[in-house]
Amino acid sequence: MAALLEVKNLGISFGGLRAVDDFEISIKKGQLYGLIGPNGAGKTTVFNLLTGVYKPDEGIITLDGQNITGLKTIEINKAGIARTFQNIRLFKDLSVMDNVKVGLHNHYKYSAIEGILRMPKYFKTEKAMNERAMELLKVFDLDGEADYLAANLPYGKQRKLEIARALATEPKLLLLDEPAAGMNPNETIELMETIRFVRDNFDMTILLIEHDMKLVSGICEELTVLNFGRILAQGSTSKVLNDPQVITAYLGE
Amino acid sequence: MKKLKLTKNLKDNIITYGIVIAAYIIIQLMSATGNISSLMQGLLVPLCVYVILAISLNLTVGILGELSLGHAGFMCVGAFTGAFFSKCMQDIITIDILRFILAILIGAVCAGAIGFLIGMPVLRLKGDYLAIVTLAFGEIIKNIINVLYIGRDSRGFHFSMKDSISLGLESDGTVIINGAQGITGTPKDSTFTIGIVLIIITLIIVLNLIHSRDGRAIMSIRDNLIAAESVGINITKYKLMAFSISAALAGVAGVLYSHNLSSLMATPKNFGYNMSIMILVFVVLGGIGNIRGSMIASVVLTLLPELLRGLSNYRMLIYSIILIVMMLFNWAPKFIELREKYSIKRLIKKPKEVQ
Repeated sequence: MAALLEVKNLGISFGGLRAVDDFEISIKKGQLYGLIGPNGAGKTTVFNLLTGVYKPDEGIITLDGQNITGLKTIEINKAGIARTFQNIRLFKDLSVMDNVKVGLHNHYKYSAIEGILRMPKYFKTEKAMNERAMELLKVFDLDGEADYLAANLPYGKQRKLEIARALATEPKLLLLDEPAAGMNPNETIELMETIRFVRDNFDMTILLIEHDMKLVSGICEELTVLNFGRILAQGSTSKVLNDPQVITAYLGE
Repeated sequence: MKKLKLTKNLKDNIITYGIVIAAYIIIQLMSATGNISSLMQGLLVPLCVYVILAISLNLTVGILGELSLGHAGFMCVGAFTGAFFSKCMQDIITIDILRFILAILIGAVCAGAIGFLIGMPVLRLKGDYLAIVTLAFGEIIKNIINVLYIGRDSRGFHFSMKDSISLGLESDGTVIINGAQGITGTPKDSTFTIGIVLIIITLIIVLNLIHSRDGRAIMSIRDNLIAAESVGINITKYKLMAFSISAALAGVAGVLYSHNLSSLMATPKNFGYNMSIMILVFVVLGGIGNIRGSMIASVVLTLLPELLRGLSNYRMLIYSIILIVMMLFNWAPKFIELREKYSIKRLIKKPKEVQ
């Protein structure tokens, strides 16, 4: 089966610092893939390169056969990559429902004039948007809080809302940047189930960055370990986690 | 749940429209029974102008979240294009209301177009930098209009940036825009009723925009630009949309303003940065992003100096003290608590949820 995401020879420098060097990854459709590594290894930089926040100095990124190297963030999102952020970035002063509806923006359309004059298409589209947004919120058990301001949600639910918003853009590949950060063990277990559920029910391919080894070993099928911007190990989870080099990088000598 | 939220928005909007209509009816009753001073009578149209300006600036400052200090510039564009049109068409279109509606449309389109042109380069900037640049553009617009001479004779229109003589008009020609002396003899088409209608139209445009797909996109940019980009929101498009609509509505206010004066001049007092800052004060005091609040604040702050006129020299001192006190208390947590406790909504509804 052809890979959904194919990255070759990806690299970027910030001034004299080689943040990511010769990064390669190949993710098959439907896979749950983990990207791990010590702090400052360049994991989030890889995400930023994949989503067009940074332009790579070299390398090629192919999504589903389409070359998306150097495209803008918006175009990459339209091509089919959605992400969440390490430090949660919600639309704080919008309701939970509206956060998801912003995610639906490019899939349910009417013009500004139709919106201002409240033409029939406005009501029809808004109704469809509300229904779709509610469906997504139900998946994450957020339907009860649909009217809350996003800023007022508890931390764990904010993380879930970010995933719901990303899914609303109907991506082919979902990037999760430390989804379990700041969660307690129970919330983490719940999150693992949600991630699996999303993969199975939305037919999604997921690439995630995570420090929580329980989550990584629990759900990831394959792993790539980054250290100082370079790939330290790559392969199936059990093999990678038992690699002595990886253990050294994480735990020290 | 969903239904509840929609009705909440709807209820909020109805209260906002209700306040405007109630104010209109009260003023009309007062003037019909002769209970309104000539001073107040003269203030009615300017009040409508300020309310429209405050609502439109709130779209940029509160909804888009960008600080603009050039709002008076857009108002200036609307005022002069509208007045210019009315002056030219005075003999051709004799139905006042039709001519005025066309003038409003032209003023709005011209101000919106200028807003679009200025917005393209300046909306790349953020925060303080954007504020400074918009301030500069506001002043540039005012100063250009101050040196603009346009005349008309049997051969058509003549432009000059020097003086009225260099227009080289024929003997039958008239100077329409006379540089710093501006436009004189604009038909006095503005009335309080038209002002109120324009306020309601402005409210419909702004409130309906906020609660639509495009409004959500604009607010998502305000709340988190990086996240908005990551879900595929076209940042440039929506920033420009909000900015141009805001400018166009300021243009409408300008047309209303210019048709209330016999001679229209671009002085620092009416179109300078003082005006821009005053509109910003309305918005900030009424609550950034709070449309109804900025409406009320602009009415209160316009009436206040007039009501304090009896105190002669101390007038502006008291005005500024009241301003500071309102700024301090309006958003203080204790005061908000107090306000919620005694709000009309609470009195009508049965006290159910107490936080």
